[in-house]
Amino acid sequence: MATALATREDFTYRLWRYDGAPGELIPLLQSAQDHFGYIPRRAISHISGVTNIPESTVYGVITFYSQFRLQPMGKHMVRLCDGTACHVAGSAMLIDSIQDELGVEVGDTSEDGLFTLFTVACLGCCSLAPVMMVNDDTYGRLTPASARKILRDLRRREGRSRKEAAAPEA
Amino acid sequence: MTRVIVGMGTCGLSAGAQQVYDSLEELCGQREGLFELGRTGCIGMCYREPLVEVRQDDGARFVYGGVDPDLAGRIVEEHVAGGRVLEEHLAVALESGAGAPEGTETGFLGSQNRIVLRNCGTIDPERIEDYTSTPEGYKALRRALFEMTPGSIIQEVKDSGLRGRGGAGFPTGLKWSFAAGNESDVKYVVCNADEGDPGAFMDRSVLEGDPHSVIEGMIICARAIGASSGYIYCRAEYPLAIRRLTIALDQARANDFLGPDILGSGFGFDIRIKQGAGAFVCGEETALFASIEGERGMPRIRPPFPAEKGLWGKPTNNNNVETYANVPWIIVNGASAYSALGTEKSRGTKVFALAGKIRRGGLAEVEMGTTINDLVFRIGGGIIGDREFKAVQMGGPSGGCIPSSLGNTPVDFESIPSTGAIMGSGGMVVMDDTTCMVEIARFFLDFTQKESCGKCTFCRVGTLRMLEILERITKGEGRIEDLDKLEKLARQIRESSLCGLGQTAPNPVLTTLKYYRDEYRAHIEDHRCPAKSCLALVDFFIDAEKCVGCTLCAKNCPVGAITGEAKKAHVIDNSICVKCGKCISSCNFGAVYKN
Repeated sequence: MATALATREDFTYRLWRYDGAPGELIPLLQSAQDHFGYIPRRAISHISGVTNIPESTVYGVITFYSQFRLQPMGKHMVRLCDGTACHVAGSAMLIDSIQDELGVEVGDTSEDGLFTLFTVACLGCCSLAPVMMVNDDTYGRLTPASARKILRDLRRREGRSRKEAAAPEA
Repeated sequence: MTRVIVGMGTCGLSAGAQQVYDSLEELCGQREGLFELGRTGCIGMCYREPLVEVRQDDGARFVYGGVDPDLAGRIVEEHVAGGRVLEEHLAVALESGAGAPEGTETGFLGSQNRIVLRNCGTIDPERIEDYTSTPEGYKALRRALFEMTPGSIIQEVKDSGLRGRGGAGFPTGLKWSFAAGNESDVKYVVCNADEGDPGAFMDRSVLEGDPHSVIEGMIICARAIGASSGYIYCRAEYPLAIRRLTIALDQARANDFLGPDILGSGFGFDIRIKQGAGAFVCGEETALFASIEGERGMPRIRPPFPAEKGLWGKPTNNNNVETYANVPWIIVNGASAYSALGTEKSRGTKVFALAGKIRRGGLAEVEMGTTINDLVFRIGGGIIGDREFKAVQMGGPSGGCIPSSLGNTPVDFESIPSTGAIMGSGGMVVMDDTTCMVEIARFFLDFTQKESCGKCTFCRVGTLRMLEILERITKGEGRIEDLDKLEKLARQIRESSLCGLGQTAPNPVLTTLKYYRDEYRAHIEDHRCPAKSCLALVDFFIDAEKCVGCTLCAKNCPVGAITGEAKKAHVIDNSICVKCGKCISSCNFGAVYKN
């Protein structure tokens, strides 16, 4: 857990500061997710204990909103836009290509833990359609081939850095 | 000193504005005293991002489009230092001083009438001094506090004819008067910034480009209805908007525009930001309140209306971003200046987000009553590749498709609903002859079906049944009685749903059935997709000119329908093909096509 200590304070600070004011559940869940990358089982118990909101209610709120995740994420988050403009520009074909390239279905994480694939309703850069985001970088005017290339290059870089990490002296 | 300004909204940043800014920052340091570097929000010309503006001392403004770090360097050397305009890269010249050439894109900006977007792309959204130096900039607030009574503010807004810009078009002044008339110890002002329609990004651009105008509008509303506390409910998907809003709120507090005693008037008000967590239904006001209260965002039964019992059971006024951004302009320029614009029942202007198969996609603010054709052709520059203009989709998943034959329809709160679509928040997705209308109806229903909160049975189950029927039709397995069944289900969902999501969810299906019934019949009776879009109803071919014989498609074909020698063009046997589309998505050379 040592690596995550830097952001941990925010989550615990929020919990500690909680004074029973109503409406704090969603911000608490958001800070938990910022901290862990998802909402683990123990965070639900912890929040429930502090706020006196039953765990079942907390779970109900988590599953209602698409932002919250109950599973850990891959190292890279691939978000493919399927808003109206991107859809008209052929994003359905891109979904197939990307699923095939990464070997995952939408919503899942690849076996090597590198990629998690999502579709989103709109990224708001409709004039660059079709668009995908890989982590914080946006790629526009995609074709099946260019989308595959972007992901393949990323995977290749990952493979290289992994090898370097395994043999740093060599 | 000449100022060089980079457009840094989300669309600019995703096109590479940060790299351009960084390279200009370096140049600015090297050539001290040559120019001042600034940033601004979205000017609306998304199709030419990243944009860089050179603002000369004489007031002339030259906006360059498609700028990369190299071009940025040339702009500094040749234009700023050398005084020579790089005409081939110029997107538009504004308020041209002496010797300024004709802008190449004056059609886009020149046909607009910018009230809401008055400062977007002009001021630095992170500097309150920029906003206060505009004609409205917190002067409207001073007037509302010291020269007007709550009653006269409401009267002014009523007289302006401003109607809610979130979609329903309820008169804003009237809404305020309801909340003002209810006595309570606490009242709330809420700003709906949960812009969930796929294909709409007006509110995001206003929040990123001019956050103070929204904040000022909210404070004036609070003064009018007597509220002490406010919330901005913003999508978590808009991190830049949230950051700029946070900065703007801190600045407003530091300048005494927010706080317990605003400008010494004795009136106190403050605003908090609530981040949404991703639920389309939270655009509905009672669901939005539930979400602020930390619950599942499910709509509540009305009455009681929010003006009586809203957030935390207290009288609440809720408007969207664009509505509040209009308010300071109205207070400073007067109701009559605003009501002089637009049509008789729809006053003022409206911002539209143009997207889809259109040449100049971006944000356009026009007078109410402008026709669809004007927006598509005069401002949007027509269809990409000069294809046929088929339809425009308005109002997002709650709206409908308006065919090009009705292109002369004026956009206002009366005319658009008469076509079966709705004004909505202003998303406008343009479609050409390659878009299949049945598929589009399926796409929207897929969205509303997933986003239904599940409270009302007809919305929860009915949309799923409609989706199943539409999926069947796009696969060529539809039955002719399906069309009547769709209409019947649509009627039932509309009548039996509590909130706007369910009531309007069938609109895309109903409008496409109304205007494109032939297309539905072609899918069902002839097993043919006229737009050649539905995979199950087209044949696949390989362009021998483009195919390099990499064999990738043949390896990916699950039924072995593709044959050919390595390094020679391949062929698809359509008698074996199962139309899965794997060949198209696997080809790196764009050689596979549908017909």
